[in-house]
Amino acid sequence: MKSFMALLKRDLVLAWRQGGGVGTAVGFFLTVIVLLPLGIGPDQSLLQRIAPGGLWIALLLSVLLSADRIYQADYDDGSLEVLTMGAMPLEIVAAVKSLSHWLTSGLPLAIIAPLLGFLLNLDTSLVFPIMGAMMLGSIGLSFLASLGAAVTVGLRRGGLLVSLLVLPLYVPVMIFGISASSGGLSGPDVSSAAMGILSGITLVILVVAPFGSGAALRTYMR
Amino acid sequence: MAKIEKFANPTRFLRLQEKVQLWLVAITVILFAVGLYYSLVKAPADYQQGETVRIMFVHVPAAWGATMVYAVMALSSAIGIIFRHPLADLSAKAAAPIGAVFTFLALFTGALWGKPMWGTYWVWDARLTSFFVLFLLYLGYMAIWQAIDDHHRAARIAAIVALVGAINLPIIKFSVDWWNSLHQPSIMSMKGSSVHSSILIPLLIMALAYSFLFLTLHLLSLRAELRKHKIRQLQMQAAKRV
Repeated sequence: MKSFMALLKRDLVLAWRQGGGVGTAVGFFLTVIVLLPLGIGPDQSLLQRIAPGGLWIALLLSVLLSADRIYQADYDDGSLEVLTMGAMPLEIVAAVKSLSHWLTSGLPLAIIAPLLGFLLNLDTSLVFPIMGAMMLGSIGLSFLASLGAAVTVGLRRGGLLVSLLVLPLYVPVMIFGISASSGGLSGPDVSSAAMGILSGITLVILVVAPFGSGAALRTYMR
Repeated sequence: MAKIEKFANPTRFLRLQEKVQLWLVAITVILFAVGLYYSLVKAPADYQQGETVRIMFVHVPAAWGATMVYAVMALSSAIGIIFRHPLADLSAKAAAPIGAVFTFLALFTGALWGKPMWGTYWVWDARLTSFFVLFLLYLGYMAIWQAIDDHHRAARIAAIVALVGAINLPIIKFSVDWWNSLHQPSIMSMKGSSVHSSILIPLLIMALAYSFLFLTLHLLSLRAELRKHKIRQLQMQAAKRV
């Protein structure tokens, strides 16, 4: 547990001090949200209808943007090899890395998303459903991103491949995330059921992804 | 297990493949000839859909084939990753392009059928979306093999990707039961089939034809992969000598 916390702290400090970690994700998120109404046109009722979807797509892209860097720096400077030698199994290392990726991308985005939602004329009753669904869903997104990053860590141009591999796996999170975000609009039963399914999907990802990432990292470390 | 290992020896596999290849091609051709005759000529036109119903004889077996090929790929990947068997890795690799073509065929014929019947080529409902995801999974799997130079590393990583993607298979299967899909529910169930035998029999012949087509192509491209692997090894040796 001590090494778990130590690694998490190291990753968070690195993300914070290197700059560009949290900032890039938030900036990118903001840019997409600003570009969306410019592309679609300033029709207020249309914007209100697509606001949850727009926010989710922006979240997905921002999480994906930083995905290929989850293991890259550690792979390049050899820290990953040190971690392989350590007492902590690589599966746990992968879980810590995914967690710190979530803390520096998914979580802050989920917090500011409703705020930016006002740019899209978001219905105020949806603020909390969206925040909750995004916090929950983005955990799954980060763990899947880490799986994609682990699978392509040794490749020189892995970035594009990460999107091709991870985007299909994002589909269920996205579908249920959006129906959980639409709150009372499609009936309270629908959104609470979707929230339940979203939690289920996230739990499955939490279990499966670290094992996949661990196995992939081990293959590259050989 | 001992029996499987006997056939998994590459030289023995190549010898066996050579022996059965012609037979497999012949069976495939005959099955397709019979199946297409029955489905395009003999089977009655639907009283609602008219002649368009015949698209189904190409569409449904292609969709079954696409999911079956993914199952084969995932199983081969699992065997490859657990028992470290080189032939299993190559088997998964050889299956992927065939499966991708089957998936594309199912999507394409589905779109052609959807235009006159549903009034649109494409809708984003559960069955269609999950099937499109299957296509993307095939593409991602093949991209992994392309991107990684080292054979053993590529095999391991591709196997991980294939196994994670296998979660999609039950989603495709049950998507028509779980969600209110525009796509019609499954015609096959434990209690039997819900279509008349004049349609069902040609459909099953076509499904068998697709299965044999896959078997033929799979073994053939497995042979090609083994040869390619051998050539690469020889080139490496030659390069070392220089």
